[in-house]
Amino acid sequence: MANVGYIVRKLSGLIVTTFFVLTFNFYLFRVLPGNPFRLLFRGAGLSADAVRSLNAQFGLDEPLWVQYIIYLKNTVSGNFGLSFQTRAPVIGLIVPALINTAILLSAASVISIVAGILIGMLAAWRRGSKFDVSASATTLVLYSMPTFWLGLVLMFVGVIYFALPVAGMRSFTGISGIFGQLQDLARHMVLPLLTLVLGLTGQYVLVMKGALLDVFTEDFMVTARAKGISNRKLLWDHGFRNAVLPMVALVALNLGLSIGGAVQTETVFSWPGMGLLIYRAILARDYPVLQGAFLVVTVTVIVANFVADMLYPLLDPRVTEQ
Amino acid sequence: MSQETTETILDFGYSRRSTYIKVLKGFWRVYRSNKMGMIGLVILAAFILAAALAPYIAPYDPTEVFVGQNLLPPSWQHLFGTNEAGQDLFSQVIYGAQASLIVGFAASLIAATAGTLVGILAGYFSGLIRELLMRLTDFFIVIPSLVLMIVLASVLGAGLTSIILAIGLVGWTGTARVVMSQTLSVREHAFIEASRASGAGDFYILRSHVLPNVMPVVFANTVLVVANSILYESVLTFLGLGNPNQVTWGQILQFAFVSGAITTAWWYVIPPGLSIMLVVLAFSLTGYSLDEIFNPRVRKI
Repeated sequence: MANVGYIVRKLSGLIVTTFFVLTFNFYLFRVLPGNPFRLLFRGAGLSADAVRSLNAQFGLDEPLWVQYIIYLKNTVSGNFGLSFQTRAPVIGLIVPALINTAILLSAASVISIVAGILIGMLAAWRRGSKFDVSASATTLVLYSMPTFWLGLVLMFVGVIYFALPVAGMRSFTGISGIFGQLQDLARHMVLPLLTLVLGLTGQYVLVMKGALLDVFTEDFMVTARAKGISNRKLLWDHGFRNAVLPMVALVALNLGLSIGGAVQTETVFSWPGMGLLIYRAILARDYPVLQGAFLVVTVTVIVANFVADMLYPLLDPRVTEQ
Repeated sequence: MSQETTETILDFGYSRRSTYIKVLKGFWRVYRSNKMGMIGLVILAAFILAAALAPYIAPYDPTEVFVGQNLLPPSWQHLFGTNEAGQDLFSQVIYGAQASLIVGFAASLIAATAGTLVGILAGYFSGLIRELLMRLTDFFIVIPSLVLMIVLASVLGAGLTSIILAIGLVGWTGTARVVMSQTLSVREHAFIEASRASGAGDFYILRSHVLPNVMPVVFANTVLVVANSILYESVLTFLGLGNPNQVTWGQILQFAFVSGAITTAWWYVIPPGLSIMLVVLAFSLTGYSLDEIFNPRVRKI
């Protein structure tokens, strides 16, 4: 049983951070230079009356503290206002986008975590070997390229040599049956998934390798080896089990980074998720959408970190004792 | 008078010019034997030179339009071909180095300053100040960096200055953490105790004893931050937050993407992306090597 002080400390951290994000989000978008409508209707010659009525419609004419209360009330009840661009409720744009991002990101995360663990273990086990050196070099090179560029290059290759679809999640014609639709989705997913996996795996390789190398220096590993147990048992039962623990915390912490990769990948491949929503909001200066997307993404990451903090002591009871 | 004696005795001789040069020479001897670090430094020198001498290296003005020569593949006339507007891509990539490097350095300067300040204060003072600063750092670590930068840059209005500010104001957490742990260890040294016993105030100790001792770590870390800043510049510009009239590597790629030329004109996409990759790689290699020298406890990758 995890101790109560630990839970209270993490829970209060969660609440404080969330509140901080809410306030930060509010102020950030109220200190905008210039009126968003003027930006939106550049050159359209908006009359003073039209600006006033739009301001009233979006609650921009109230004093700041009233706006803040309205904002908190609305946000908590899931009302993120209306999109400047489409006049549709922002929440209605965010929910489907969040689901599509979750599909892409969870698939990419599972693949890159498994690949990262396996490659990292092999690299640590055969430290200094050709495999280890080339794994490190590949990781460094992949880390040095912007994810969107990797996506552009893969798109080029995918179109020319494999005739893969490069935009969206589904074809609009000629697909029938559930199996056909799933196959269609899978074909659309190949390139964005590959881009994200290549962009994410390196982190996990490095952490797994580092953690395993740390475990190798522990006394119990020397004891285990002295007992004469097989290499395979040594690596999996003693090494892997201890080294994989830091990965749990990393997966949550890395979620922020993964989302950065997803934003770029979705933009390149027009995958209708949060990233594409953010990209289109940037281009249209659609601040309510940007604000809502930022809030949802950030709070998701904060909650994920909290969940990881709660799971961690269950996996490794030593944590709460520190 | 008494202050000066304290400084010369206790400050490892950092204040003496000749000693300083000797230290630098010794450092260069160590650095030179690091193969990865030297490769990084050579690539870096090449790009800095290209950026500085852009007007002499680039055959054309990067914005000059060659009418009727749209999307031409590479030739002797146009080494990297032309874009959809009929501009010379080789000249654009060379000039792009200027903006990318400037953004990288400027953003890192902001991040390094903010990170050092937060780290040194959090490490030196205990209690409430440390608690608050650590909370602030944790907050910025948890928030998805790219999304936060996007929001900041778009609120500040598209352009290079906004991008520099956005990257700098978000990217300081790594430096803060490294500086804090370094400060925590420096602060335990006897010469700090001695300085305090002889009546030095907190500010004096921070400036004259702690800062010089964390500077090498800050320097190594900043080189790594430059790598990240250049990466983020390209991403933010690609996402449409840059100034379309300013030639940067990210901007070239944005035009390639928006114009739809990516599926046909490989020469439009490969050179700017490869340049970003090489520069980031060079900064990373240099930074890791510096880190290894200044901070030997750091785990090798």
